[in-house]
Amino acid sequence: MIPRAAVTAGAISDRLVRHRLGREDVVRWALVLAFAAILYLFLLYPLASVLWRSLLDNSGRFIGLANYARYFGTPVIAASITNSLLVSVASMLITVALAFGFAYALTRTRMALKGMFRLAAMLPLFAPSLVQAFALIYVFGNNGIVTRITGFNVGIYGAKGIVLAEVFYCFPHALLILVAALGATDARLYDAARTLGAGPVKTFLTVTLPGIKYGLVSACFVVFTLAITDFGAPKAIGGKFSVMATEIYNQVSGQQNFTMGATVSVVLLVPAVLAFMVDRLVQRRQYALVTASSTPLQPEPRPLTDGALLVYCGLLAGFIVGVFGVVLASSLVQRWPYNFAPTLKHYAFDTAGGYQALWNSIQVAALTSAVGTALVFVGGYVVEKCRTVASGPLYLASMLPVSVPGMVLGLAYIFTFNAPGSPLNALYATLAILVISNVIHYFTVGFLTATTALKQMDAEFENVGASMGVPFYRTFWRVTVPIALPSIVAISMYFFLNAMVTLSAVVFIVAPGTELAAVAVLLMDDAGDTAQAAAMSVLIIATGLAVRCLYWLLLRGVTRRTQAWTQGGAAPADLSS
Amino acid sequence: MSGPAPAAAAVALDGIAKKFGAFVALRGITLAVEAGDFVCFLGPSGCGKTTLLRIIAGLERQNAGAVRMAGRDVSALPPAERNYGIVFQSYALFPNLTVGRNVAYGLETRRMGGAAIGQRVDELLTLVGLTRHKDKYPAQLSGGEQQRVALARALAPSPSLLLLDEPLSALDARVRQSLRHEVRALQRRLGVTTIMVTHDQEEALTMADRIVVMNAGQIEQMGVPKEVYRRPSTPFVARFVGQMNFIAAQASGRSGWARVGTIELRHQGGLATTQGQALTLAIRPEEVLVEPAGGADGENRMLARISAIQFLGSFTRLQLEARADGLESLESDVADSTFTALGVGEGGEISIVLQPDALRAFPAGAAP
Repeated sequence: MIPRAAVTAGAISDRLVRHRLGREDVVRWALVLAFAAILYLFLLYPLASVLWRSLLDNSGRFIGLANYARYFGTPVIAASITNSLLVSVASMLITVALAFGFAYALTRTRMALKGMFRLAAMLPLFAPSLVQAFALIYVFGNNGIVTRITGFNVGIYGAKGIVLAEVFYCFPHALLILVAALGATDARLYDAARTLGAGPVKTFLTVTLPGIKYGLVSACFVVFTLAITDFGAPKAIGGKFSVMATEIYNQVSGQQNFTMGATVSVVLLVPAVLAFMVDRLVQRRQYALVTASSTPLQPEPRPLTDGALLVYCGLLAGFIVGVFGVVLASSLVQRWPYNFAPTLKHYAFDTAGGYQALWNSIQVAALTSAVGTALVFVGGYVVEKCRTVASGPLYLASMLPVSVPGMVLGLAYIFTFNAPGSPLNALYATLAILVISNVIHYFTVGFLTATTALKQMDAEFENVGASMGVPFYRTFWRVTVPIALPSIVAISMYFFLNAMVTLSAVVFIVAPGTELAAVAVLLMDDAGDTAQAAAMSVLIIATGLAVRCLYWLLLRGVTRRTQAWTQGGAAPADLSS
Repeated sequence: MSGPAPAAAAVALDGIAKKFGAFVALRGITLAVEAGDFVCFLGPSGCGKTTLLRIIAGLERQNAGAVRMAGRDVSALPPAERNYGIVFQSYALFPNLTVGRNVAYGLETRRMGGAAIGQRVDELLTLVGLTRHKDKYPAQLSGGEQQRVALARALAPSPSLLLLDEPLSALDARVRQSLRHEVRALQRRLGVTTIMVTHDQEEALTMADRIVVMNAGQIEQMGVPKEVYRRPSTPFVARFVGQMNFIAAQASGRSGWARVGTIELRHQGGLATTQGQALTLAIRPEEVLVEPAGGADGENRMLARISAIQFLGSFTRLQLEARADGLESLESDVADSTFTALGVGEGGEISIVLQPDALRAFPAGAAP
């Protein structure tokens, strides 16, 4: 027996005995390197070039922080910072408050028509953010129907309109988070509160609110980030009210001032990154409220509350459906709001790409879905299961895209893929670059879904394979992928739907021949073809809804197949509704 | 078994050391496992037994030391090239593959025809008695059945070594009992060298040819089950394997005797002591003999009062207070019939005998 004190940590070598490098290790490292190369080339390097460009003047000379001094020193441009913050905070407060009531009604009451309300609330996910702005203009704008009938112009162009449009646009995102938070509760807590004599108000303040505080925080940050990085709504309805996202567009597209565009981009990164970091810190403190022994809450009928919330949800759902109704109607009449004779003539596009743009969009969305899903899943596998020194940095880099505004990513891609003499230029003006931009823009959410699914798998699957001489990639294909199939389907739908509606990440990099539907909407609106813009919006939404239905069928098929071997296990994370 | 391992041993470990940061998990483990043996690594959680198993498997890399299998140094080989089968605590059955496909998993990458694979799968399923469950999914089987699928899967490619990581700990007591015998019988029949990790001393005693008792990253004792139980070489082993009474004592002037309070007790001896040296005496509850009170106070014989009685089915555990300083609390396990024959109840007096050849002596201070 060796005396215990004889062997201390210091006496043992820090080096581990090396295993001979097998073919599997080569494959494993090749995957790690490929994933790292992709993140470097399409995320880190482009972002670094934006940062670098903000320190140069337009002829390429290094001028330090002079651009920032000019930005903050020019009141017209600097106003975009306070405008952005103002609009985003207002949108955040209103959206989260409205969504909370809606989510409460869906999860904690016996209100009727829950399913219909839920569906209606998800509608905005299928439309570019421009669309809610259009609807507001069609109703309250200078030529809006209300303005025309009442003769009263509410002045929708500007901050008011942006906030309203953002509320509609962000509503489903906040709702999904709050429904999840309110749905995960333990009925026994409520029983305990009641037996201890707590009234409804006290129960709400001491049980309900504390239980969902992390969900509330998360909803706030998500809405804030969506609003401050959104480009479509402020572009369509902002008028002279400039926010940072439109300021980047104006500097780059309007004035060809790329360095100032880069400067505003870097400043816009700050609140988005901050919001993300604070959210992560808060979420880290979250602990599991719901354990295996929790009993689900069965809400009691409360006629008064149920009735009041029915009216509330009815109104909100009515507004949301109304927005899309207005857009649909305006695309189907001769001349909104002067001539309501039905016509399909606005669907015969004569500008900005037309049906080719829609077809491009569908191709890009399908490719984004395929490439994005493969990348986040293999990337998640590399980070989660091939534990190497690279796992930590790769995870951090994978978290970055969620706080990079689309405009910033788009500008970064101009600098990277349209730089004179760079071999990367081959990608410029192709559909490929649009696909890459979308994959990176929506990378983080898909990546988190993939790693969550992978974390739930037995850590020994690969080891069992290894013990029998089965290479890890075979176990990946035979076991890991089939088990994760529901999550994989959900991820691919998330990529498709977002790629279909995004504007900000692609507006700078579409080129003649690669027009996209959402960009076409913007250009048609710019050119004054508002009816055609509405018609194109309708087609985008219809495509999204059709694809959503396809996925619903697919998911049902997958679930039925996997039900054979799961014991009614957890439902997969559905990223859309 | 300690010392330089014979080259031909099925598994030979030489000075295996492992640390995680500042925590030392293994402090230089050297041992050899003979071909065909069933060896248990036994110890409390955190003693390093699972880490040691994973190093043998190549799933964990050691900081120092060598792993040899049948004389071949495999330290640098990745898991896939070491030729073993493994059963994990969670079984890690592939939930999306049927029982048959699970068992076939390790065969499918070898150069084996479909018919040969099917034959081997049937063979294994017959061996573990699960032929009729071939087309079911793991989730449709009970815990014990899943465990046997995992065993069949690990054995299918005919490995020369079988590693079992707490394979029975997730099962309920009754299933665990019957699987102990099944696993042991299967191992005997196939003659496959087996290493099992467990924290359950009863499991180790009933299943193993040899037990390796581990504590805090090192080996406390190696030996056949009877030896480890009867002759624990350290207080730790004495405490961890089976029940044990501990008595604080001092070495007396007479060799082989110890002083406890005012009396002297004779012990097994075999320990070089100096007078007054602090000792720990140990005796198992079933070795504390009980007799009706009275009679002469002989060697290691004294009066005791029964302070509590615990009926445990096949035997009765008595909580005793001996009439001697430093011997206030002892436990004695007696057969129910013996106890009834005594005819005393709680608070009653009896005589107890601590037989010298059952009374072990350790230097005090060696952490139990």
